[in-house]
Amino acid sequence: MGIKDKVAIVGMGCTRFGERWDAGYEDLMVEAFQEALEDAGVEKEDIEMAWLGTCFDEVSTGKSALPLSVSLKLPFIPVTRVENFCATGSEALRAACYAVASGACEVALALGVEKLKDIGYGGLPEFGSGMGARNRLIFPNVTAPGAFAMMAVRYFDRYGLDPERGKEVLARISVKSHRNGAKNPKAHLRREIKVEDVLGAPIIAWPLGLYDCCGVSDGAAAAIVVRAERAKEYREDPVYVKAMQVAASSGEELLHRWDGAHVETTVRAARRAYQEAGVQDPRRELDLLEVHDCFSITELVTYEDLGISPRGKAAEDVEAGFFDLEGELPCQPDGGLKCFGHPIGASGLRMAYEVYKQLQGKAGSRQLRDPRLGLTHNLGGFPAMSVVSVSIFGLDRG
Amino acid sequence: MVGIASCGVYLPRYRMDRAVLYEAVASWLNPAALLPGERTVANWDEDSLTMGVEAARDCLGGDREGIEAVYFATTTPPYGERMNAGILATALDLEGVRTVDFTGSPGAGTRALLSAFREAEGGKRVLVVASDCRMGRAGSAQEAMYGDAAAALLLGEERVARLEGFRSLSSDFPDYWRLEGETFVRSWEDRWIREEGYFRFLRLSVGELLRVHGLSPQQVSRVVFPALFPRDHPRLAREMGFSEGQLQPSLFEQVGNTGASYPLLLLVAALEGAGEGERVVMAGYGAGSDSFLFTVTGGLKEKKVERALARRRELRSYEKYLAWRGMVPVEKGMRGEEMAPTSLSLAWRERRAILGLVGSRCRACGTPQYPPQRVCVSCGGTDLEPYRFSERRGRVFSYTEDMLAFSVDRPALYGIVDFEGGGRFWFDFTDCERGELRVGAPVRMSFRRKYVDPLRGISGYFWKAVPEGKDGDQG
Repeated sequence: MGIKDKVAIVGMGCTRFGERWDAGYEDLMVEAFQEALEDAGVEKEDIEMAWLGTCFDEVSTGKSALPLSVSLKLPFIPVTRVENFCATGSEALRAACYAVASGACEVALALGVEKLKDIGYGGLPEFGSGMGARNRLIFPNVTAPGAFAMMAVRYFDRYGLDPERGKEVLARISVKSHRNGAKNPKAHLRREIKVEDVLGAPIIAWPLGLYDCCGVSDGAAAAIVVRAERAKEYREDPVYVKAMQVAASSGEELLHRWDGAHVETTVRAARRAYQEAGVQDPRRELDLLEVHDCFSITELVTYEDLGISPRGKAAEDVEAGFFDLEGELPCQPDGGLKCFGHPIGASGLRMAYEVYKQLQGKAGSRQLRDPRLGLTHNLGGFPAMSVVSVSIFGLDRG
Repeated sequence: MVGIASCGVYLPRYRMDRAVLYEAVASWLNPAALLPGERTVANWDEDSLTMGVEAARDCLGGDREGIEAVYFATTTPPYGERMNAGILATALDLEGVRTVDFTGSPGAGTRALLSAFREAEGGKRVLVVASDCRMGRAGSAQEAMYGDAAAALLLGEERVARLEGFRSLSSDFPDYWRLEGETFVRSWEDRWIREEGYFRFLRLSVGELLRVHGLSPQQVSRVVFPALFPRDHPRLAREMGFSEGQLQPSLFEQVGNTGASYPLLLLVAALEGAGEGERVVMAGYGAGSDSFLFTVTGGLKEKKVERALARRRELRSYEKYLAWRGMVPVEKGMRGEEMAPTSLSLAWRERRAILGLVGSRCRACGTPQYPPQRVCVSCGGTDLEPYRFSERRGRVFSYTEDMLAFSVDRPALYGIVDFEGGGRFWFDFTDCERGELRVGAPVRMSFRRKYVDPLRGISGYFWKAVPEGKDGDQG
């Protein structure tokens, strides 16, 4: 079972991410959509169905499909809005891919957008009742950095890292991403940093400091998907969808049993994605990763949860440069959430955009040598209760 | 016969040296007017209701059998309309008991006690909780005199002491007053209050009590009454015919005048040291005076007041005190200002879970879980029973100090708590400061105010975790 090689991406677009004071969500959508159309060489009228991914609709686009259909003036086609916390962008793409794979349509659009920088304060919008009317009466005033910081505390404790050493390992992850992001004209934060910068930065939520946190930005990204057997009609180098898996928490981690030093949903989604894609040894078979580095600690545990690094040993790979741009398995070649920031609805598609461009050899000064298989990982919610999406894309149709 | 079955007290952890307060806003005062010692200060997430719940828990120790009514006495009820005693009873998971608020004067404490005794005479068990968290204007005498505290007495069987009798003297004596909607207590001249009120009412009330029982002051082991003016406390005892050795110390220099809870707090302290057969006279002051004669039966084995006094931390910043009490506008940030509405119908439906911290336990596999689940998180079974978490100890599974999250007292300290016996959830930590949290540290649960929604006039309550074992805190 699965959708391996049934669907291909033939066009993608991605805006410059950043504090786009100049642009509203409509501008961002149009910018990403136009690039995708031109890239695919199709007309708006060729699109038969569309999915819109947005998360914080109350501060940005509003609910429903209408922000997309009205902004792009789509001609009365079926459009649906999807939301799954930070995995929203990947969910829009999954919906479009499933629609094409099912034969419901030939050409589908997935577009994710988030206009976060109109809220008037730093960080993500306050969750408010987004966690549910009951939960907000009993949960602490949790922020994203706080929720992930608790995983860093557990990780350090579990693997005997004293906080100083732990923070240094995490710092190297951010330094690596900034080095990559500096090469990317579409990234928000384009500045190389040093380990000392990270260690000396103000604490946001202990033990995470400013540079352990990804940026907050505006952006949009879009993909046009078609049936795999017709992909070559659109372009020479379509990118094939090998796997799209999602796992949602059962409540076990939050309420019952969990070591706090990993994300169970990543483990489950990855396992199913490898099976769907036919990947036996991800550490060797994958050529690049775009993971959900909302925080440095998330990236560290994701290396282990994806089965790339052994449990408790990701620090060794980090220090060996395994995930650097020149390393054996580059991670975040585009700079990641760290440098792009995290306009929720767009992020999953932005990751896919980098994999797509890298596989096509169009990643400019960040271009990796002949990658064939890439993975994206999108984590929504908190480590203790999350929705994770793992997708695998390849250049070759099996 | 009817008596006291058990006792409990609660003192907030923080203490402010009165010198801190005088230095900040009353340095002009004549040194002779300065009061010595320190006063208790409720944490920012405490009020008379939360402190009352804690004292009640200390009193009950999990014993809920046969309690028919809960009386809550305070001059500072968080809700003007909505039965505060009802919230208190729900927090104690005492659903269905009769609840009454007593208020209007610090005398509400003893008056609630009196009504409760009357009821207990019919063979019922009644829980009386008195608590106050009064405020004086910055630099006022009240601010220096007042302390925050709660005390609770379970009336029914005479396990601790037997009630021999009481006198009650009610009077509309306008010594202290506060109009509806006002925050700070006003007062008439001290000298008048002392002579016409404090001295006169207590002399009358205690004198009458002794006369009715045919006792002389020498036949009483201990006399307990509040110190309105600390220097006059022993003077009044002498005037009533008691020696200094008989007078129960006022705790004025450790706690302060704690309003409705004051005489109850001192009574618990007196019972701690008392031996079987000893006679204890306790009197309150406020809107007259009520006095009670007790004979100690089993007495109090635990040193509850002593323990509460030992659990202390100095609050050296007067500005922080002002911020905690809402006396200065504090920057909340836009994140703090964004408050989603509280659904009261939801809060009502889930009151046992939210106010009572009652979760569920699977009848099939025995796994405790919070909040209550419809489907067991461990085995998937659907037969679950209520399970009380409030009395469970826990350990810190993880934590963070969050600079971004809104809190009145930043940074917000919160984390994941694993309960002994199973169950896990996220909680705020309180009575705790930066740098003190550790993975594995023991915690106990404490009922606290979670938020105030000024837009909709709602004070929301929930439970927080308090790290144990610091500042003499034995739990």
